Amino acid sequence: MSIPAELKYTKDHEWARVSGDTITVGITFHAQDQLGDVVFVELPKAGTVVRKGATFGVVESTKAVSDLYAPVSGKVIEVNEALADAPEQINKDPYGAAWMIKVEFSDAGELSSLMDAAAYQEYVSSSAP
Amino acid sequence: MRYIPHTEADIREMLRAAGADQVERLFDGIPKDLQLGRALNLPPAMGEEEIRAELSRLGAATDAGAGMISFLGAGLYRHYVPSAVSQLLLRGEFFTAYTPYQPEVAQGTLQVIFEYQSMIAGLLGLEIANASLYDGSTAMAEAALMARRVKKDRPEIVVSGGAHPQYLEVLDTFLAGMDERAVVVPVDSQSGLTSLEAVRKAISGKTAAVIVQSPNFLGCIEDVKGLAAAARDAGALLIQVVTEPLSLPLLKSPGSLGADIAVGEAGGMGIPIQLGGPLCGMFATRMEFLRQIPGRLVGRTADVDGEPGFVITLATREQHIRREKATSNICTNSGLMMLAATIYMTLMGPAGMRETARRCAARARALSGEIGRLKGWALRYPTPFFDEFTVKTPVPAREIIAAGAAQGLVAGLDLGRFDPARENELLLYTSELTTRAGMDRLLSLFRQF
Amino acid sequence: MDITPPKKFPGRRGLVMREPVIFERSTPGRQGFSLGRDEFDGVPLNGLDSHLREDAPVLPEVSEPEAIRHFLRLSQWNYSIDTGIYPLGSCTMKFNPRINEEVARLPGWFFSHPLAPPEVMQGALELMWNLERYLAEISGFEAVTLQPAAGAHGELTALMMIRACLRERGQGQRKRVLIPDSAHGTNPASCTLNGYEAVELKTGPEGYVTAAAVAAAMDDTIAAIMMTNPNTLGVFEREIAEISRIVHERGGLVYCDGANMNSLMGMARPGDMGVDAMHFNLHKTFSTPHGGGGPGSGPVGVSHTLVPYLPGPRIEKDSSGRFLLNTDLPRSIGRVKAFLGQFGMFVRAYAYIRELGPDGLKLATQMAVLNANYVRAKLRPVWNLAWEAPSMHEAVFNDTHLKPTGCTTMDVAKRLIDYGFHPPTVYFPLIAPGALMIEPTETESKETLDLFVDAMNSISKEAFESPQLLKNAPHQSPVRRLDEARAARNPILTWQMEKAAR
Repeated sequence: MSIPAELKYTKDHEWARVSGDTITVGITFHAQDQLGDVVFVELPKAGTVVRKGATFGVVESTKAVSDLYAPVSGKVIEVNEALADAPEQINKDPYGAAWMIKVEFSDAGELSSLMDAAAYQEYVSSSAP
Repeated sequence: MRYIPHTEADIREMLRAAGADQVERLFDGIPKDLQLGRALNLPPAMGEEEIRAELSRLGAATDAGAGMISFLGAGLYRHYVPSAVSQLLLRGEFFTAYTPYQPEVAQGTLQVIFEYQSMIAGLLGLEIANASLYDGSTAMAEAALMARRVKKDRPEIVVSGGAHPQYLEVLDTFLAGMDERAVVVPVDSQSGLTSLEAVRKAISGKTAAVIVQSPNFLGCIEDVKGLAAAARDAGALLIQVVTEPLSLPLLKSPGSLGADIAVGEAGGMGIPIQLGGPLCGMFATRMEFLRQIPGRLVGRTADVDGEPGFVITLATREQHIRREKATSNICTNSGLMMLAATIYMTLMGPAGMRETARRCAARARALSGEIGRLKGWALRYPTPFFDEFTVKTPVPAREIIAAGAAQGLVAGLDLGRFDPARENELLLYTSELTTRAGMDRLLSLFRQF
Repeated sequence: MDITPPKKFPGRRGLVMREPVIFERSTPGRQGFSLGRDEFDGVPLNGLDSHLREDAPVLPEVSEPEAIRHFLRLSQWNYSIDTGIYPLGSCTMKFNPRINEEVARLPGWFFSHPLAPPEVMQGALELMWNLERYLAEISGFEAVTLQPAAGAHGELTALMMIRACLRERGQGQRKRVLIPDSAHGTNPASCTLNGYEAVELKTGPEGYVTAAAVAAAMDDTIAAIMMTNPNTLGVFEREIAEISRIVHERGGLVYCDGANMNSLMGMARPGDMGVDAMHFNLHKTFSTPHGGGGPGSGPVGVSHTLVPYLPGPRIEKDSSGRFLLNTDLPRSIGRVKAFLGQFGMFVRAYAYIRELGPDGLKLATQMAVLNANYVRAKLRPVWNLAWEAPSMHEAVFNDTHLKPTGCTTMDVAKRLIDYGFHPPTVYFPLIAPGALMIEPTETESKETLDLFVDAMNSISKEAFESPQLLKNAPHQSPVRRLDEARAARNPILTWQMEKAAR
């Protein structure tokens, strides 16, 4: 299973790439693997304010639907519009082409609550069915 | 018991395998004090010939269908059901199949649904249709709920009082769950139509949709185009309800008039009226609302060998996946009735549908013309109608209905049943099955008043 | 690799024809109808000019023989109860008696309009009046409404009655409903439609909900509990009476999903367990056909508490023995459907109850439970039971023993098709990962069950020996595994869309 070392993770299986005062958000390899073939994604508009732990969108596969949760609070400054027409990218390249939103975060302190790769690896293997 | 194959030897052997010495042991999971411990108090078992006799007795005592001539439509329109429909419906592969959740062994049902969705979308003039809902009344309520989902911060529904009164009741029952009531705009007493002005006044910034039935309950063809424009101008959706599906091949489609959602009753198209159920709810809308549709959808795809095939799709809207966030709680819909309607439309084709519709409308005109010549009788509204119309009666309509029943006639609907102010109004329906002789019997009944 | 199962199983490549979408068969000018002479030919359609449709509806033009052949070929692509065992857990796919189809088509009801005067539909009203009472006796309720169109519709109707009752008691603030984690998806979906919020309740370690769990969750925000009994694990909720007592004592009401009533007829009655409302699925327990996804019929039985809120009209019998429809019901929740309900299904259920009688219904239940327990015992040596608790009408297995093979429940389901069997319910209930939920019903013979068990065990063996056989299954169905992702990503829902996409 792929868990890039440089990313941060949530318990809801989002990843976050920190760069300056913004983060890029997507869902993990494990998340897409559990969902199966992703067929639809609904993302917020740029400018939307999101709150840590609150839903910012929805991702659907043929057999399941899952809410997306913001890793930190802040303002959405960019949205990956291409995903709407190519949701399969979430299965093919979850950490790259399938990034979802970029958020300008309001409280850097919130970053410390996210897991690092090792902790996420441990979390996934302990909660596996 | 002919439906249970077990012999005593089978039962003994199976009990042994299951580790129980007698059948009752298998119910040990039920605490003793909750077990019934007595025989059910029901009539004793019957043989097949007794069942046939018992049901024939009850059927014969249902005179309305067993021989009476009917002019009653009022949301449920009897049309001829071709034998080919009835016989195909008895194919065990259709009527004893389950919901097509395993697509590899349910392609028959799935392809029929695809064909039905295509025909209904075309008939209603919209892009997409679902695989059916229970009936027209629940389809109307579901359309209102969908409009509320589409227009998130607009909870109100404005509905024309010209909609079927029982549909209005169902809408109210459903909206009550949301602590909401529909704003009912009464029809104009002169024209029999929903007043555009009154609708404009009733719409607010909180209105999600305007619902109008056309032809309406009184038979009048509404100005759907004008109402749709009024709704659109105010940022609301227009929902058109159609209770007589045979009006669709002849009259302008809801989509072409500007409806955003069209719902209605497919009962009548190969589906017998059978006391109002089972019927088949039509539901069509625009592609942009795809993810807010209630109920099942079937889509085209291919199998691993590239063979074309069909699957239930976008099921994440449905209750078995999305549970409390589903677009509806519907699970079982009107599968077999949907099949009947599809076969009916296939057999009739565009020409047969149009000709049937024309015949219904022609008979309504012949009958209304004759009634117009009766002393004390008149057409109630000066408004175009399709195959149903309201007349003004010289005595309370209930007296005419009662006299008709005694003469083997279901002489329409006494509108006083739904609105005491209309006790002198009678709603009459003619279909392609209406004969000259039947009409003459009705007219001679009317002449008695 | 031989993909064909051993000869004793029915699965075999059948006489399966290709058949296009009906629109592709269309040829302008053909017709499949014959309307005959028109007595009113030439009557002008006054008043319609500005209302006439300009475009012809999108409908095919075919002759009757072409139409018959089309739909007959499509029918041959379907599995059905008439084809073979349909062991779908919680769906109760029992045989559909043929006499019922005939009596349901008697002209009295086939051609009767529900708004005709009650005097001319006494037979139909008598049938409904009797059926309400039969269902009440079978389930132990005070009264029954036949109006709801299907199970989910019945659930919603019951929740609406609960809401009306609580409001009258001044308890309108109760808007949450306890729902066990094994429940059907319709339960929480119906809650939402009723403006209620679903609160999940964990199933206890023995496969049933404990009274202690209910007591801990019960407060003055809870309107009701929705139990399914027996639940979807096939386990009887043995603490139901105590649960009802607790919920009532703390101001709530008790709903029961009656989907699994086939395991209780003549043995026990939900109404005797403190339940206030329960829906029936006439298309499960009472043998009315499923029709490839409907019509269903979902009557609701209620306790004394909820009688005033039943939807109207109510069928009543006057002192002279005549039946009438009473609409004067000031405390009723109102109508949930136009007209009288799924009348065609009432006739079939009525015929079924009368044919079986009290002893036959009880025997049906007993044999349904015996069949489930027999299959359970026969599969156990090979398959892993999801829950150890005693089974009623169904047993839930899973795919854990197949882990080393890489094969899953889905693969087993698809391979069963090659063997000539419809798969069981899969991946439900949600609390049993990889679930295979098997409900044979009473109408399957021992030989059929033995064959089904052999097929399951043979497939398990195949999984270890040649897993690709399962992974690539089905091999012998009209189509093979379908690309569901493609259908959802690029929805083609009508012939019109398909033509445009070409």
